[in-house]
Amino acid sequence: MYPSVFDYARATTVAEAITMLADDEDSKVLAGGHSLLPLMKLRLATPSKLVDIGRIAELSYVRKDGDQIAIGALTRHRDVETSELLVREVPVLARVAGQIGDPSVRHVGTIGGSTAHGDGAADLPAALLALGATMVAEGPSGRRTIAAADFFKGFLETALAPDEILTEIRVPTGFTKFAFQKFNRRAQDWAIVGVVAVRNERTNIGFINMGATPLRATAAEERVAAGANPEEAAAVADEGTSPSADINASVDYRRHLARVLVRRALVELG
Amino acid sequence: MTMTDPTQQEHIIGKRRVRREDPKLLSGENRFADDLVVPGALHLVLVRSPHAHARIRRIDVGAAQSMPGVVGVYTAQDLQAEWAGPMPCAWPVTPDMKSPTHYPLAGEFVHYAGEGVAAVVARSQVEAVDAAGAVIVEYEELAPVLDLEDAVRDAALAHEELESNASFVWTLEPNSEAVDAAFRDAAVTISERYVQQRLIPAAMEPRAMVVVPSPMGGDFTVYSSTQIPHVLRVMLALTAGIPETKLRVVAPSVGGGFGSKLDVYAEELLCLALARRLRQPVRFTEERGEGTMATIHGRGQVQYMELAADADGKVRGIRVKLLADMGAYLQLVTPGVPLLGAFLYHGVYDVGAYSFTCTGLFTNKTPTDAYRGAGRPEATYAIERAMDSLARKLEMDPAELRRRNFIAAEKFPYESVAGLVFDSGSYQENLTKALDAADYGQLRAEQQQRRAAGSPRRLGIGVSCYVEMCGLAPSRVLASLNYGAGGWEAATVRILPTSKVQVVTGTAPHGQGHETSWSMIVADKLGISPDDVEVLHSDTSIAPYGMDTYGSRSLSVGGTAVYLATERVIEKAMKIAAHQMEVAEEDLEYVGAAFRVKGSPEQQLPLAAIAFEAFTAHNLPDGVEPNLEASISWDPPNFTFPNGTHIAVVEVDEETGRVELVRYIAVDDCGNQINPLIVEGQIHGGITQGVAQALYEEALYDGSGQLLNASLADYLVPSACEVPSFELASTVTPSPTNPLGVKGVGEAGTIGSAPAVINAVVDALSDLGITNCPMPATPERVYQLIQQAKSE
Ligand SMILES: Cc1cc2nc3c(=O)[nH]c(=O)nc-3n(C[C@H](O)[C@H](O)[C@H](O)COP(=O)(O)OP(=O)(O)OC[C@H]3O[C@@H](n4cnc5c(N)ncnc54)[C@H](O)[C@@H]3O)c2cc1C
Repeated sequence: MYPSVFDYARATTVAEAITMLADDEDSKVLAGGHSLLPLMKLRLATPSKLVDIGRIAELSYVRKDGDQIAIGALTRHRDVETSELLVREVPVLARVAGQIGDPSVRHVGTIGGSTAHGDGAADLPAALLALGATMVAEGPSGRRTIAAADFFKGFLETALAPDEILTEIRVPTGFTKFAFQKFNRRAQDWAIVGVVAVRNERTNIGFINMGATPLRATAAEERVAAGANPEEAAAVADEGTSPSADINASVDYRRHLARVLVRRALVELG
Repeated sequence: MTMTDPTQQEHIIGKRRVRREDPKLLSGENRFADDLVVPGALHLVLVRSPHAHARIRRIDVGAAQSMPGVVGVYTAQDLQAEWAGPMPCAWPVTPDMKSPTHYPLAGEFVHYAGEGVAAVVARSQVEAVDAAGAVIVEYEELAPVLDLEDAVRDAALAHEELESNASFVWTLEPNSEAVDAAFRDAAVTISERYVQQRLIPAAMEPRAMVVVPSPMGGDFTVYSSTQIPHVLRVMLALTAGIPETKLRVVAPSVGGGFGSKLDVYAEELLCLALARRLRQPVRFTEERGEGTMATIHGRGQVQYMELAADADGKVRGIRVKLLADMGAYLQLVTPGVPLLGAFLYHGVYDVGAYSFTCTGLFTNKTPTDAYRGAGRPEATYAIERAMDSLARKLEMDPAELRRRNFIAAEKFPYESVAGLVFDSGSYQENLTKALDAADYGQLRAEQQQRRAAGSPRRLGIGVSCYVEMCGLAPSRVLASLNYGAGGWEAATVRILPTSKVQVVTGTAPHGQGHETSWSMIVADKLGISPDDVEVLHSDTSIAPYGMDTYGSRSLSVGGTAVYLATERVIEKAMKIAAHQMEVAEEDLEYVGAAFRVKGSPEQQLPLAAIAFEAFTAHNLPDGVEPNLEASISWDPPNFTFPNGTHIAVVEVDEETGRVELVRYIAVDDCGNQINPLIVEGQIHGGITQGVAQALYEEALYDGSGQLLNASLADYLVPSACEVPSFELASTVTPSPTNPLGVKGVGEAGTIGSAPAVINAVVDALSDLGITNCPMPATPERVYQLIQQAKSE
C-alpha cells in the first residue's frame, strides 16, 4: 500500500495554504490524514500535491462567540472530546468525538477533516447536521459561510470548492439534551448505523451511515414535533434514507436498526 | 551468581514473575525482520492473482522490466530450475493422499486469489510495487470451487490435474459395530451440522524476511518471521537444493504466529532463490491486505456430529463425519490439522463407541493450516455443542448432563476409545469450581426471571468442558500418523566460568515468554536467581537442534529438556565436587547452589567454585571433561492433556441481535504452573481468540472467490474492549508425562471458549425454539434467527 508519487508543501498560515492550493488544481489539503492517506494508499485518491495544514496553530481552538461556539477546523477529536466549553455547552459533540475510532485516531483526526471529507458514515458530520452548524470556508475569493444542511452534497462530496479551506465550524449552544446511539461491532469501529439526537425547544435527529451523506431523520422529527411518542416517531425514522448493504449489514437490517436506535435515542431524551 | 541461604531456598517455579521479554517489546527495542537493516537488499514484491481459479494465458513483463529501479521480473518458468522439489507438505496423512503440483509461483493455472504469479525485484519497495502494477497478466477465468459441500460432489474441480477434489479420506473406526449398535439401541440421538468458518490468523507482525547470501562462501543467512527456524532450514535446504550446512536460519523477534508462521512460504523460497541468483540480499515484507490472502487460514470445516444416548443422558456412541477445507494447496501440515482433533470428538466423556471420518477437500481459496488449537477447537466445539443439544432434548440441565458423562477422576491414566492415554485430570472438579465461581444457580434464576418478564435483554449461560492433546509429540506416535518429523526437543545448559548460566533451547518463542519461564526452571533447580540465566534460541547457528514452537509443546517438551539438561549439569558438577572435597558422590547433596556433605552441611562447595574448576580444568577427576555443560534431546513418552471448564454469560439484545459477553469464567488444568502470570496471559489471549471465532471473525468470500474482508478494518479481530474481565481459576493435576508435571496452555483458552460462547447464545434464545447459531454470531445473523423463530 504505497500512494503514487505526490508533492508536499507545509503551510503555516491559512493565507499561505490558500495560495499553495491555488498553485496546483490537483492538490489537496492534508489535515490529520486519517481519511485521506488510506485513500491514497489504496490509490483511490491520487492528488499531485498535499498542502499540509496540520501545523497551522491558528486553526485549532474552541471558543465562545455569542450564542455560538466556534471550533477551529484543525481541532483534534481528542480536543473536542475534552473541551470544557463543549462539554458544558454542546455536550453532544464531546461525546460523539470521544467515540471515534480509537485513541490514536482521536489524537490525530480533526473535526475539519472529518467534515470536509463528507463521509455519510462518519460521526461528527451527522452531529453537526443535527445541531444545524455553520461551516466557514476561505478561498481566493474570500470568506463565506455554509449551513450544514447545504454542505453535504453527495458521497464524499461537499459544498467546498477545491480551492477553499474549511476554517471554522460554528455550532449553536442550547442543545444541552442529547442522545448518541452508535451501533458498531467493536469499540474502535465505524458505526453500522448511528443516531445523534439533540433537543432544545425542538428535537433534531441526525443519522450516521444511512446514506451517502449524513442525513436528518426528517419524518421522525416531524412526528416528534407533532407530539408523537418515541415508538410512533421511530416507526417512520428510516423514511427518506438510502442505506447501502455491506459485509456488516443488509439494507433492511440497517433500516431496522435506524428505527430501533431512534426510538432508544428519543426514550433517552425523555 | 546470587547465592541463597540453603535453609531459605526459595521456590521460583510456581511464582508469578514479570516477563523479562516485555521491557524490550514495550519500548520498541526489539528488532523484527523488517527492522533489520541490510545494506544493498533488494525488494521482492509479488504480482498476485486477482482470480480464484483461472488459466494464465499470457504474462507480459516487458513494461515492468524497464521501470525505474527494477532488477528483474520472474515467472514460474524463469525460476523452475531453482527448485529441487515442490513446496513441502510434511504430513501425507494417507498413502494415497493427493497433492497438486505446488511451486512458489503459479504455472499454467492459478488456484486462489492471492496466489503469486510473478516476482518483481527492485531496488526499493516502492519501485517494486509500481513495477508489479505494470506486469500484464491475461487470465481465462474458470469456475471456482468454494463451498465444501459442493467440493465433495466434484461437480467442478479445484485442480484440473486431479480427478477429484478429495485429497484424502482418513478414518478412525476402533469399533464400528459398537457404534452401529449404540445408535440402533439409543433412546435419543442427536444429529447436527456445524460449520467451522475460515479464520485469518492475523498475527500482529506480518510475515517478513530477508535472505543474505555470501556469494564467495556459498552460504546464506535467512532471517524470517517464523515459528520454525529449524524445520524451515531443513525444508529450504531440500526445496532449494542448498546443503543444510550452507544455510543458517534466524527468527529475530517474532510478533506472534498462532500457527500461521508454522509454515514454509513461497516468499521464503523466492527470496532465497533470488538471492542466490542475483548474489545480493533480497527481502520481502507482506502487506496486511496481501497477508490475509497469502498467509494460511485456519479452521474451515463442515462437521456432521451424531450422538447416541440413553434416556438418562449417558452417551453411548459418537459418529463424526468431517469435510475439511485444505484450500488450494497442501502447506506444511495442512492435511494433519483435522487429525489433531480426530481423537477428541468424545471430549471429556467416557464414551465406548466411536467413529470418525474426515475428507480433506481442495477448494480455490487460500490454503489452510494449523491455527491456534489446530483440530482441537473444532472437536471441542462439535462435542460441546452436541452435548447442549442433547441436554435440551432430554430437558436436562447441561451441567448435569456433563457430570453424568465425565471420565471419572479415578480412571486416569485413561485409555480412550480412540487410542489415546489421557494423562491426568479431574473433570468433575473443574466443573464444580466453575459453576460455583459463576454462581450458576443464581444465573439460571435470573434467566428465568428475565424470561418471565419478557425482557428484550436475554440472558444466556454456556458451559463448555474440554480436554485437548498437546505437547507434540511422542515421535513414535507421529510416525504412526505419517508425520514427517519427530516430536523431541533439544536443550543445552552451560554454567560459564563466571558462573552465569546459558541455556540453549530448540523452541522458538514468538510471544510466549520462554526466556522467562526457562530461566525460572533452571534457576529453581540450581538454586540461583533467574536473572543469572540467559536463554538463547531461534538461530540455527546457536541452537542447531530443535523442533520449534507450536501445538502447546514448548514447555512440556522443550521446558522438560531444559530441566533434564540442568539435572545432568548438576550430576557432572557433583562428580567434580566429590573429587574436590574428597568424598563419595553418594555422600553429597545439592542444596542452595552448593554441594554439601549429607549430615554436615558446614562442609560445602558452591556451584560457582565448581564452575570455575570445570573451566580451568586444573583439578578434574579422571575421565571428566572440562566445562560444565550438558545437552539433551528429549522425546516425550506421551502427549499431555490440558482440560477445563469454561462458562460464558451473554446478553442478547433481542431487538438488534447484538451479543454482549458479560462474564467469562474459566477453570483450567494445565498441570503444574511454572509462571502463573504467563499462564493467565496465555489464557486471556486464548479465550479472546475463541470469542473471536464465536462472535467476530470470518474470512468472507464472494461467489467468485474474492476475499471480501482482507483488511483489518473489515476483518474484525476483537480487542480488550470487547471482552469482560476474565474470572480465572485452576485445578492442578500434574501430568505424569514429564518430570515437571506440566501440560501446555498456549491453545487451551481458544479450545474451550468458542463453544462456551455459542452455547450461551443458543441458551439465551432456546425458549424461542432456536437450537443453533452459526459462527460468528453477528448482530444481523442473530437478529435474523430471532425473527425467523418468532415468525414460525
Ligand atoms: C482506524 C480509523 C478509525 C476511524 N474511525 C472513525 C469513526 O469511528 N468515526 C468517524 O467519524 N471517523 C473515523 N475515522 C476517520 C477519522 O475521524 C478521520 O480523522 C477524519 O474522518 C478525517 O480527519 P483528518 O483530519 O484525518 O482529515 P484528512 O484525512 O487529512 O482529510 C480528509 C479530507 O478532507 C480534506 N480536508 C481536511 N481538512 C480540510 C480543511 N480544513 N479544509 C478543506 N479540506 C480539508 C482533505 O483534503 C481530505 O480530502 C477513523 C479513521 C481511522 C484511520
